[in-house]
Amino acid sequence: MTLIALNNLTKKYPGVIANDDITFEVGKGEIHALLGENGAGKSTLVKMIYGLVQPDYGMMRLEGKGFTPSEPRTARLAGIAMVFQHFSLFEALTVAENIALGMENPPSSSILSDRITKVSYKYGLSLDPKRLVGDLSVGERQRVEIIRCLLQDPKLLIMDEPTSVLTPQEVDALFLTLRRLRDEGTSILYISHKLEEIKVLCERATILRRGKVIGTCIPKNETAKSMAEMMVGSKLKSPKKSKANFGAPILEVNNLSLKSSDPFGTALKNISFNLRAGEVMGVAGVAGNGQDELMLALSGEVLSGLNSIKLENKQIGQSNPIQRRLLGLLTAPEERLGHAAAPEMSLAENTLLSGFQRQKLGRRGFLNKPGAIAFAEKIVQQFDVRTPSVRNGAKSLSGGNLQKFVIGREILQNPKVFIVNQPTWGVDAAAAAFIRQALLELAEGGAGVLVISQDLDELMEISDSFMVLSEGQISTPRPAKGITIEAIGLMMGGTKVA
Amino acid sequence: MIRLEPRPDPSNIMIGLTPIFAVIATMIFGGMLFVFLGKNPVDAIRMIFWDPVFGEHAFYYRGQILVKAAPLIMIALGLSFGFRAGIWNIGAEGQFIMGAVIGGATGLALYPLDSFLVFPLMIVMGSIGGLLWALIPAYLKIKFNANEILVSLMLVYVAFNFLIGMVTGPLRNPDGFNFPESRSFQDFPSAHNPELWAGTGIHWGVLTTLGMVIFAYIAITRHIFGFNVRLAGQAPRAAKFAGVDPNKMIAICLGISGALAGMAGLFELTGPAGKLTTTFPVGYGFTAIIVAFLGRLHPIGILFAGLLLAITYVGGDIIQSQLSLPKASIQVFQGMLLFFLLAVDILVNFKIRIGKGISK
Amino acid sequence: MDISIVSLIATLIVAATPILLAATGELIVEKSGVLNLGVEGMMIMGAICGFIAAVSTGSPLLGFCIAALSGALLSLLFAILTQYLLANQVASGLALTLFGLGLAALLGHSYSGIKPPSTPKIEWFGLSDIPVIGPIIFNHDLMVYFSLFLVFVVWIFLRFTRVGLILRAVGENHDAAHALGYKVIRIRVLAIMFGGACAGLGGAYLSLIRVPQWTEGMTAGAGWIALAIVVFASWKPWRLILGAYLFGGVTILQLNLQANGFDIPVSYLSMAPYLVTIVVLVIMSADRTRASINAPASLGKIFHASS
Repeated sequence: MTLIALNNLTKKYPGVIANDDITFEVGKGEIHALLGENGAGKSTLVKMIYGLVQPDYGMMRLEGKGFTPSEPRTARLAGIAMVFQHFSLFEALTVAENIALGMENPPSSSILSDRITKVSYKYGLSLDPKRLVGDLSVGERQRVEIIRCLLQDPKLLIMDEPTSVLTPQEVDALFLTLRRLRDEGTSILYISHKLEEIKVLCERATILRRGKVIGTCIPKNETAKSMAEMMVGSKLKSPKKSKANFGAPILEVNNLSLKSSDPFGTALKNISFNLRAGEVMGVAGVAGNGQDELMLALSGEVLSGLNSIKLENKQIGQSNPIQRRLLGLLTAPEERLGHAAAPEMSLAENTLLSGFQRQKLGRRGFLNKPGAIAFAEKIVQQFDVRTPSVRNGAKSLSGGNLQKFVIGREILQNPKVFIVNQPTWGVDAAAAAFIRQALLELAEGGAGVLVISQDLDELMEISDSFMVLSEGQISTPRPAKGITIEAIGLMMGGTKVA
Repeated sequence: MIRLEPRPDPSNIMIGLTPIFAVIATMIFGGMLFVFLGKNPVDAIRMIFWDPVFGEHAFYYRGQILVKAAPLIMIALGLSFGFRAGIWNIGAEGQFIMGAVIGGATGLALYPLDSFLVFPLMIVMGSIGGLLWALIPAYLKIKFNANEILVSLMLVYVAFNFLIGMVTGPLRNPDGFNFPESRSFQDFPSAHNPELWAGTGIHWGVLTTLGMVIFAYIAITRHIFGFNVRLAGQAPRAAKFAGVDPNKMIAICLGISGALAGMAGLFELTGPAGKLTTTFPVGYGFTAIIVAFLGRLHPIGILFAGLLLAITYVGGDIIQSQLSLPKASIQVFQGMLLFFLLAVDILVNFKIRIGKGISK
Repeated sequence: MDISIVSLIATLIVAATPILLAATGELIVEKSGVLNLGVEGMMIMGAICGFIAAVSTGSPLLGFCIAALSGALLSLLFAILTQYLLANQVASGLALTLFGLGLAALLGHSYSGIKPPSTPKIEWFGLSDIPVIGPIIFNHDLMVYFSLFLVFVVWIFLRFTRVGLILRAVGENHDAAHALGYKVIRIRVLAIMFGGACAGLGGAYLSLIRVPQWTEGMTAGAGWIALAIVVFASWKPWRLILGAYLFGGVTILQLNLQANGFDIPVSYLSMAPYLVTIVVLVIMSADRTRASINAPASLGKIFHASS
């Protein structure tokens, strides 16, 4: 039986058709996957179902009746609930207050707390209603979102990339909860690009590409590769990895401990490891376990003990980012817009961020504008950045193109050590493959590459060795060869999963 | 339905046009204000904008315009760096006062020394006075995270009271019949900042201001310092990534604005004002905020904006005497100008779409 | 020296009330994630509009109502600029202050030197005759009690009501609030107007009760001090009272010292309230972690729904 049917939904934005004539349906008690690359139109589609965006054309039917939510309230009243990819949570408010905000007519706070405790017990999602959300781990935050939805007894639960921030054990726990909900008759629209997960969880899948429905399939009968090709529309090449050939340790980190400047951040505790020339080292871990802090400490944006970081035997713990760059340590932070690049500035100007000193894009402090333009053009050409011109602003580029630009800007400066956080987060598959290949080639050329990522598949694909960052502590590096996802999951503090 | 549609890149045409829109809107709504006050709006607008430059007595007013524009431009230039970097010094009035008091006191201490070094020394001391006064909020911001907006503003009141304390105490003119004012710098040739060519209004401060405009233009468009200032304002995290020390940025931006405001204060004191009195501060430090924004925080823009605001000051004097309107009406006029500028600013980053458009 | 502690406390309450009113309004504005630096401008508009209304009608109460209205109307300009036209909040707040100061001076041009109708003190059935407590607690005008009541209401509102929770949520993370379907802009506009009304009341208290007369620029930084007091209070309503009364105490103390011919020139004593404000600001801001937890996370950020 059909719960919700979408007919010919179309949504246009200036310059793009986000959704073009979308038609498919989700059955009652079905876990239905919505598959597609970044920018395929998944978010716009679910925002229409949730009432945040109104379609230009087309209609929806919920249990056979016309359904045109004009705002999220109407959608919630009709039985639609949604867990957002970037959680819609308020850090300075308590769990109970956060949940009350997502409900139409919340009961008094004591009754609500009781109900939270009950529901969280029933579905195995332990949670204390009085805690501040800012103090919770990412996995716990997701539970807040899910419980917020469950308290509304939804008919349709929309989940946007729910597992991208979870440990493998947390993913297993989540799937148990979701299957249980399905058995109770709740339909789930499950958005993801993780194909293995979809194979084990979902009964049907609808695939979107560039705003259009490409087809519907039964994931069990497909291979991950066949679904990926439907998603991307072409065959994908896996990055080629040549035989590893390591040199001497080039970056040494010794007992690096640092408090976080963010009140809800994670302190780094006694981090020690060596990165060798020619090595790609992966740092796995769930967001919020000290990744940002580690990145800032290594890049020099936050200074640490003089001795705690050594680059080719030089102590650089007290050196600023410029000094570290001149010595050959280059970085690419996670947040592309606003951290790795200035949104309002042109690509040419953005080369100055890390290239002014090392690329000598100036003399005695005066800017060499033609030099910056030439360097930007070189990046655009060699890293296949699609942009009308290097004078365009960074924010006008798509995520994948801007990431290629940022990575290219650092790699073309011949780093001795390159540290990158979430190199392919939110990037389309073709660009991701390109970036991974570039990282591998950089290591082949003799640089040490440290990749911090939450995407285990990515780390498995490119790393020579492997560490896990958990609650600000780092595990001993292990060779990546022969390691299983389950083993990594255990390293990620799997014992802590409730 | 009116919708805002983000532009992929800021519109350069609009950056230039919006200040003009703002001036036109101010003329229209300011005109309505004058109707409300029972005056002929066309006359009033003409007296404010036209008469100072092209009117019957313009030969006199033109000099006045330069005299008033110079401090406005000099202070606004200093403020523009901080405003670009997201560091809000709104206490330039206090730094202006402190520059005048410290620089003036230096000169008065040397009275009646006859040396060509006195005036340059006073300029230096005036700048240092403003600089140190501005470094107080900088230090408190860096060390204790105290909001520089509030601290710099509080220090205006402190500086004003300090000025009163000085002119009623140590700096009071010993030959001045106990009036709360200092010795006149017109009677102290080596400390005097005279009109260099009679009738032009040009004094050393005006020439220095012009030099500063060029200097600031080079710094902001050609030098890594200006680039870092812009970067810190647009994307603070990206600035840290690039290796810009935010604390240094705070100290430098506040320091520059303080030094320029202090220098402007000294030129004003030794030239047009002539002596320290309790009515010495006339609000240039606040009006300069309008000048900085109206000039789009760009040195050349500030040059024109400063001239325009100076015209309205002179025009304000004209309507005050000829239409017997209160002095405050021109203040309303200037406030309105800033309002309209901020309002039309949206055209730089957004397109306005009227009607149903393609979506919805 | 002849300074009575009792009369000192009684007068410091009067000195603190305008700032307490304005700070209470600004607290709500900031809790919704908006930084309105135009408090000074809205206060002085309230001061003159309330004054004109009270003088021309003879009713101080009507004066206060008009003052609140004028403050709210002026703040609406700020709301349009920052919420609909996405202008920078710092610059818009400054514009509001400069504009308000000018407009108030223009409106008040012919009102200098007039005495406003006096506001009666509340009759507490003789309780004001009790020694010590009487003059301190039971010998004030309505607005003093109203300002305290307002703090209480704001506390209840933020802490226990759903709308208060939504307001805090909007100030904490406007994108998440929008995703949940809350009208971020509408809530903020209303908060801004409430702040404007409170600032207007504070201004009218200055011109109708505290001084009481109209002089140009009479707020003399009170609006800015109200802003500092919100920081001092770490965005907690009850601590506004502490901050405002502390400030009132310093003001009254230095005025008393001046009046008693204390051996420091008047001009240096007059610096005291401003210096104390700076000191307090420094102390409260120094603990960065605490400050950043209490401060609304979206404070001063521009919101524009992308979809």
